[in-house]
Amino acid sequence: MVAGWFAGDGEDFRLIGTRCSACTSVFFPREDGSCRNPGCPGGELEEVALSRRGRVWSFTDSRYRPPSPYVTNPELPWEPYTLIAVELESERLVVLGQAAPGVTVADLTVGMEVEVVPGVLHEDAETTWTTWQWRPTGVTE
Amino acid sequence: MTDDVAVLGAGMHPWGKWGRNFVEYGVAAARAALADAGLEWRDIGSIVGADTVRGGYPGYVAGATFAKALGWQGARVASVYAACASGAQAVNTARAQILSGLADVVLVVGADAAPKGFFRPAGGDRPDDPDWLRFRVLGATNPTYFGLYARRRMAVHGDTPEDFAQVKVKNSALGALNPNARYRKAVTADEVAASAVVADPLRLLDICATSDGGAALVLSGMDFARRHGVADPVRIRAVSTVTPRYPNTVLDLPDIATDSAAAVQPAAETFRESIARAAYEEAGVGPEDLSFAEVYDLSTALELQWYEDLGLCGEGEAAKLLREGTTALGGRIPVNASGGLASFGEAVPAQAIAQVCELTWQLRGAAGDRQVAGARVGIAANQGLFGHGSAVVAVR
Repeated sequence: MVAGWFAGDGEDFRLIGTRCSACTSVFFPREDGSCRNPGCPGGELEEVALSRRGRVWSFTDSRYRPPSPYVTNPELPWEPYTLIAVELESERLVVLGQAAPGVTVADLTVGMEVEVVPGVLHEDAETTWTTWQWRPTGVTE
Repeated sequence: MTDDVAVLGAGMHPWGKWGRNFVEYGVAAARAALADAGLEWRDIGSIVGADTVRGGYPGYVAGATFAKALGWQGARVASVYAACASGAQAVNTARAQILSGLADVVLVVGADAAPKGFFRPAGGDRPDDPDWLRFRVLGATNPTYFGLYARRRMAVHGDTPEDFAQVKVKNSALGALNPNARYRKAVTADEVAASAVVADPLRLLDICATSDGGAALVLSGMDFARRHGVADPVRIRAVSTVTPRYPNTVLDLPDIATDSAAAVQPAAETFRESIARAAYEEAGVGPEDLSFAEVYDLSTALELQWYEDLGLCGEGEAAKLLREGTTALGGRIPVNASGGLASFGEAVPAQAIAQVCELTWQLRGAAGDRQVAGARVGIAANQGLFGHGSAVVAVR
C-alpha cells in the first residue's frame, strides 16, 4: 500500500529512505518532495538504505483491536502485537514498527539491539501485504 | 500590561456520552459563557469556533455553525482547526482580533460529540496522510504512543506503573469535585491496577476516554471590560502557538519516525518544552510564579512528562514531585485541579477552551471544593496532532 519504503529479501532486507545531497539529512518515510531542513539550500533527494540494526528506544503493545484502516479479521480472536520504536545510530532517527510475530513486551528492554526483517501485515485470497518488522538480534523464530 | 485580554465569561456543557449533536453542546456552553459575562449574543462582535472534523460537514465551519444556531446577527466569524490545540488557537484568534482592534468582544466556542472507542482517521484510502498511515501500516492507535512514552519514562527515569496510577488517583479525586466532569468517582490505585492493559504498561484507567462536551469563553479588550463594569477581570496574558523545530527527535503522534539528527544538531529544548517557554516569555512569568497548571493528561504518564516540560521540576523528577504531593490540591503547584482529561475525557475542540474556563474559575476564586488557595497565575498546556502546540497563561 506504500511504495518504496523497503526492499530486498532475507539478509538483504532494508528500510528505504531518502537523503539530501546538500545537507545529508535522512528521511523515513521517504521524502521525495524537498528537503525539510529549514537551514538547507535544497539538494537532490537520493534513495538510501537504512541501517539494518538499531536499539530499542521504547516498546508497547496493542491489547485491543485497532479500528480501520488497520485490517483485521473480526471473526478471529484478537491477537495483540508488539510495537517497537528503534533508534538507528548512524541515521540518528527513531523508526516505529511492529515486532516480528511471537515477540512480546516481555522479550524486550529499552536499549536492546534489534534488526529489521521482512514480514506480512495481512493477507487475503488475492493479495499478501508485506511490511517491515523488528526482531531482537540473535533470535531466529 | 496593555496586551492583556479580559475573560468576561466562561461556560461549559457538562461532559459525558450524551449522544447529541455537537452544536447543541456548543450553544449551551456559549449561552452559559454569555450569561456569566452579563452580555447578550447580539453584543458580540465576533465568534470563533474550534473545529471538529467528526461532526461531518458542519464541523468544518464551526464558527458559523454556532452563529447560526445562536441566531444570525452579522458577527465577524472564524473557524480554527489545530487538532487537540484547536481550542487554544481559537482563543488566540480571538485575542489577535481584540488586540488589533478588529473586535471589542469575542465569543469562543468548541464542542464535540466523540465516537466510542479509539479515535481514528477519516475514511477512504489516503496513503498521503500520516494519520491514515500509522493506523493502516502499524495499527498504532493513540494509546500505543502513550504506552511508548510511559515505557520510555520507566527505562530512563525509573518511573513505575504505581507512579502512573497515582496520577489517576489524584485527578479522579479532583474530578469528583467538579460538576462538569464526566467521571465523578474517586479511583483507587488498586482499581487502576485491576483494569485491563490497553497498551503496555498503561491500563484502561491510565488513559483518558472520549467524551461529548462543550466549552466557551467571552473575551474582550481591557477598555471594554472597564466600560462593562469589570475593573479586575481574569486576564489572558499569553497564548503560545508554536511549531516544533527541525530536527524533532521525539517520536510523536501521528508520525512513524522522527526527524533525523544526522545533519543538524537538535535544540536542547524539546517541542513540548518550547510550548511552555514561549508562553512564559510572552507573559513575563516563569514556572516559579505559577499557582497551578492544567495539562493534557491524555495518559497518566504524560501528565508526569508535562511537569518537566513546564519546568515545575528537573528532568526525571516528576514522579518525585507527585509522590511528595506537590501537584495535589493543597500542594505548592496543583496540576489538573479540574480533574483533567482523566475526569473529563477528550472532546477535542472543547478541551483547550475548557482548560481556560478552569483557569478563569480558579483565578476568580470560584472553583468551589477544588479551589487552589490564593491562585494568581495559571498555565494551561496542550498539544495537538501534526505539530500543533499551545499554552495559555492567565493572571488575576
